[in-house]
Amino acid sequence: MIASQPDSTGHFGPYGGRFVPEALMAPLEELEQAYKIAASDPAFQAELNDLLSNYAGRPTPLYFAKRLSEALGGARLYLKREDLLHTGAHKINNCLGQALLARRMGKKRIIAETGAGQHGVATATVCALFGLECIVYMGEEDMRRQRLNVFRMRLLGTKVVGVAAGSRTLKDAISEAMRDWVTNVHSTYYLLGSALGAHPYPTMVRDFHRCIGLETRAEILKREGHLPHQIFACVGGGSNAIGMFHAFIGDEAVQLIGVEAGGRSGVLGEHAARFSGGAPGVLHGTHSYLLQDDDGQVAPTHSVSAGLDYASVGPEHAWLHDRRRAEYTKVSDSEALAAALTLARTEGIIPALESAHAVAEALKRASAAPGQLFIVNISGRGDKDTDIYREHLPELDQPDANQPNPIPV
Amino acid sequence: MPTNRIQFLFESLRASRRAAFIAYVTAGDPSPARTPSIVAALERGGVDLLELGVPFSDPVADGPVIQAGSDRALKAGTTLVKVLDIAREIREASQIPLLLFTYLNPALRYGFEKLARDAKAAGIDGVLLTDLSVEEAAPYVKPIREAGLDTVFLAAPTSTPARLKLIAQYSSGFIYVVSRAGVTGERDDLSASLQPLLEATRKFTNLPLAAGFGISTPEQAAAVAMMADGVVVGSAFVRLISQDADDARIEAFAREMRHAIDGATAAQGKTA
Repeated sequence: MIASQPDSTGHFGPYGGRFVPEALMAPLEELEQAYKIAASDPAFQAELNDLLSNYAGRPTPLYFAKRLSEALGGARLYLKREDLLHTGAHKINNCLGQALLARRMGKKRIIAETGAGQHGVATATVCALFGLECIVYMGEEDMRRQRLNVFRMRLLGTKVVGVAAGSRTLKDAISEAMRDWVTNVHSTYYLLGSALGAHPYPTMVRDFHRCIGLETRAEILKREGHLPHQIFACVGGGSNAIGMFHAFIGDEAVQLIGVEAGGRSGVLGEHAARFSGGAPGVLHGTHSYLLQDDDGQVAPTHSVSAGLDYASVGPEHAWLHDRRRAEYTKVSDSEALAAALTLARTEGIIPALESAHAVAEALKRASAAPGQLFIVNISGRGDKDTDIYREHLPELDQPDANQPNPIPV
Repeated sequence: MPTNRIQFLFESLRASRRAAFIAYVTAGDPSPARTPSIVAALERGGVDLLELGVPFSDPVADGPVIQAGSDRALKAGTTLVKVLDIAREIREASQIPLLLFTYLNPALRYGFEKLARDAKAAGIDGVLLTDLSVEEAAPYVKPIREAGLDTVFLAAPTSTPARLKLIAQYSSGFIYVVSRAGVTGERDDLSASLQPLLEATRKFTNLPLAAGFGISTPEQAAAVAMMADGVVVGSAFVRLISQDADDARIEAFAREMRHAIDGATAAQGKTA
């Protein structure tokens, strides 16, 4: 049964595990133990649930996108509105859980990595809430394209440390956070932001996001009386996707579709589509699909969306992929941008560029699926991407720009 | 009876009551053509064993100095295939024990069993995989040992007794004891955690214990030589290479370290 994954040492089939320098092994064991105890402690769960509902805004709506469905003329689309959570993305679910855990473990200093800045903002937020010192590592390229989130973190009292190494994106931010952790391991809690890295992170992060799928499953049964046919979620590290998928893994008839960043092209270095362009390998503590060259060096990646711009992917997705329980596909930069515009103009929802990838795949399939029920996870809102939308839609940035009509689907 | 160069080295040093002097360089830094002459200079300066680093794009265990060395080597076109060529070239001129020091992914991509065979054929004596934990080690250690290579694992200040026991089980040749928490790189002070860690590790093994991470001055090398069976110096050499030091300067720095190590162990011998 796949739902019982991982095994006791953190393996999802051949994937996952714990591949880190020896100095981090004992801290990971300590974390695993602390999480195990917390997860079965009703007081921990009660405090987390209280924060999730009264601070973060759970449960999030499951919204029927009527105008968009009508325009597509095929499948009926529901949107899971994680973008409506406090801080603007699903990331807060995990950050609240891990911050509570850090506090139980007596750690006063929190470090994190961030790509798009959503996890960084969520971490900065919970650290402000709990009065913890917070340092966020962020690639300099990502700092440039996500300036708003850099400022939000600083506003919340967090120190943002730019990483100039390598491709200056998420991968390099994770490497730098790991170096900080190994150096300051006694005082510091590493609040990893996706279902990635060494055991127990992929499992723990998934568990903190499972509420997405659990709420969705209960709500759609109540509203429609049956399960959806297809569920879409974008996959960078894969935390929103695994959080959405997990409750449906046992429902064999429900198609689970993970959408990766197709970037500019299929050439290595111009995308972040690990399943079509990568091969199993080890990066940042886990064994999973990895974009790499023939010499085993990690390949550069590209996506218009900083949150999907990463060379590896959560190990549970690798296992779902090989078991053919989930399907992984890719959407290009321009398709994601177009889908975001469509959603904005039919439903009044500007999605994060990450989430726009999931929307784009659903749009592609909807007209050929009459009578079907689709659910798309809108993992985050698009405010943080305003600069990028402006860059790509210069015609809207003119003084006389005036486009009264919705973009045709 | 020692079966390879690493074991032979430590046995002969043990007989003469000296500590091993171990140097790390990244293969191909600043270019694949340069590495063999750097290694020859190190050997002339008194280095006993060489850790030959395989450059990796994402070296999470390394500080800025070795990260930069890794970048230079990759930019110069260094691949694992070329690292083995470099080893072969070193071996033509020298019997210095060679430990291949690599992150797991380049080795996985090359093919593990093939790497073990090819490394042995190229004159490599042992392998250290930076990000391979003992929990995951079994399937990797087997082909390396079967090829006749030693497997060296790291022990860290955070390692629990249960972990040290496993590290001792999976290691051969020697154990690399990390002298302080953190990444590679030079430090002004030696960690107070080294002596207790050496003692804790010693409870589980008779293998030689070499200590490294942060040792950059002759004084530090001398202090470590009093405690451990070997002293590893890495970032200090990589920094010299980054400054375009010529062979003579690299040799002179190595000799200075060698004298400090030998002076410390000789003094210890007199007081023992």
